[in-house]
Amino acid sequence: MSTLTTAAYLVSSVLFILSLRGLSHPSTARRGNFLGILGMTIAIVTTLSNPGVLSYKEIGIAFLIGGLIGTSIAVKIQMTALPQLVAAFHSLVGLAAVFVAASAYYNPSAFNIGTVGSIPMGSLIEMSIGTAIGAVTFTGSIIAFGKLQGFVSGNPLVFKGQHFINLLLGLGIIALIVKFCIDQNQELFWLIVFASFVIGVLLIVPIGGADMPVIVSMLNSYSGWAAAGIGFTLSNNLLIITGALVGSSGAILSYIMCKGMNRSFLNVLLGGFGGEQAANAGGVKDDRQAKQGNAADAAFMMKNSKTIIIVPGYGMAVAQAQHALREMGDLLKAAGAEVRYAIHPVAGRMPGHMNVLLAEANVPYDEVLELDEINRDFSETDVAFVIGANDVTNPAAKTDKTSAIYGMPILDVENAGQVFFVKRGMASGYAGVQNELFFRDNTLMLFGDAKKVCEDIIKGLEN
Amino acid sequence: MSEISNQLESLSYKAQQIANEASQLASSVAETSGGHSDFIIFGITVLVLACFVGYYVVWSVTPALHSPLMGVTNAISSVIIVGALLAAGPVDSNISKYFGLVAVTLAAVNIFGGFVVTNRMLSMFKKKQ
Repeated sequence: MSTLTTAAYLVSSVLFILSLRGLSHPSTARRGNFLGILGMTIAIVTTLSNPGVLSYKEIGIAFLIGGLIGTSIAVKIQMTALPQLVAAFHSLVGLAAVFVAASAYYNPSAFNIGTVGSIPMGSLIEMSIGTAIGAVTFTGSIIAFGKLQGFVSGNPLVFKGQHFINLLLGLGIIALIVKFCIDQNQELFWLIVFASFVIGVLLIVPIGGADMPVIVSMLNSYSGWAAAGIGFTLSNNLLIITGALVGSSGAILSYIMCKGMNRSFLNVLLGGFGGEQAANAGGVKDDRQAKQGNAADAAFMMKNSKTIIIVPGYGMAVAQAQHALREMGDLLKAAGAEVRYAIHPVAGRMPGHMNVLLAEANVPYDEVLELDEINRDFSETDVAFVIGANDVTNPAAKTDKTSAIYGMPILDVENAGQVFFVKRGMASGYAGVQNELFFRDNTLMLFGDAKKVCEDIIKGLEN
Repeated sequence: MSEISNQLESLSYKAQQIANEASQLASSVAETSGGHSDFIIFGITVLVLACFVGYYVVWSVTPALHSPLMGVTNAISSVIIVGALLAAGPVDSNISKYFGLVAVTLAAVNIFGGFVVTNRMLSMFKKKQ
């Protein structure tokens, strides 16, 4: 690699770092994204100027097709469908890594790593590890995509001996890699790919829909490590640095999500949490009656409140209620109330999902606050309006040591003067735990579709 | 914020020290062995340091922008296109080249998709008027 090429790749790496750095505040974030685009452009142009790259026409066509597909999807996608889009994109990085590794295996001289059949051991190890991670990322992301999109049931699929099979498969892949590094046999290469595809599926099927934020972050991390693995094969620092950035980013996001649920990463990975089974187990019925209100009551009470905190959850996204919710907020502000939004770290199906949806509905970002920033304020708040969230408000997490969600940080909505719960029915949340908040004196349930309820309240406010 | 920047500063100083040591080490290894093996130790050095950089940079990302963060990281992880371009580069057609072209297409979907969707998300974040 010439000095100039190396220097250009270094510039790209720095631009990528600055791109992530820009996301530290919404005001610098768009510039950050632009720096990322610039870094990518430099990386591509630099590679195209490599003397070994000659087939510009074919590359141009491939690039154009991909670019058109990517752009048209990204322009059309609904913001509520972001999590599945990101999962689908991760799968492509994984598959691309597999193809690059396969290409390096069949034509090592294009990458300066020896000739067919006599690739150095080091390159073989890197190549096979990159392939395995890429393949796991590919199928794992496809399953995550299916669960988020609803093609695959969001319920955890658990069967006996599952973890044992995964363990065997994992060991099998390691054995295959060792054998491949000695024999350089092409059947072994494809066996590694195939076994990794299978383990990718098996790893994700036992994990429930609401744990997908952790999984999407984890796959984000894997796609980074796959890129880093290929970086070793190519002796290319840019790929290694970028892979490490993406890898650590995904790992940190998974950590934040796990902490938001007070569960260990391993506990999430082992799966089986949530879904119908848990809901049934948690359905020890009590005969208590929750107080039910209607939209007109809610409109009247909120109109006379000074401070209101809205707590959105995944239910808001499902009902596409963010626009109606913002309109309701605007009317309340016009009536003289202070309206703010409280976001739990695991609200929605990907990190930061609620913030994007509220931004889409034109809610200013300085009215949207994180758990730590706003949690103390509930005790001085007249009304907490919970829409499509459940477990993240359950006080049992603080008091009931036997609860499945014990220890999870929650939004202290119970401290507000009045709590409204917008829900479709009395069903328990993802964790299968009954929310005792429903039976408190200061709680009123507003049953119905989140969007419909907001619209009814808007009508009430306008009268 | 200032704490993070201080940490970053001291980290970058340490990084430079380690990089110096690594380059000395790498050159001494290169004298004795040469070839690919000297890249592995150098590459691991880069990997470890980049993980530290990633750690501090990502913790400084505001939680409100975690979705755009995933969009950007998704786009930049497609830098794997560098490998795809090298694979697709040779004039003569063979299986390796076709694999490369497929990888170029996949990575391009991601690059454009990732950056465009991130830009869409970020353009919606507005301050109170």
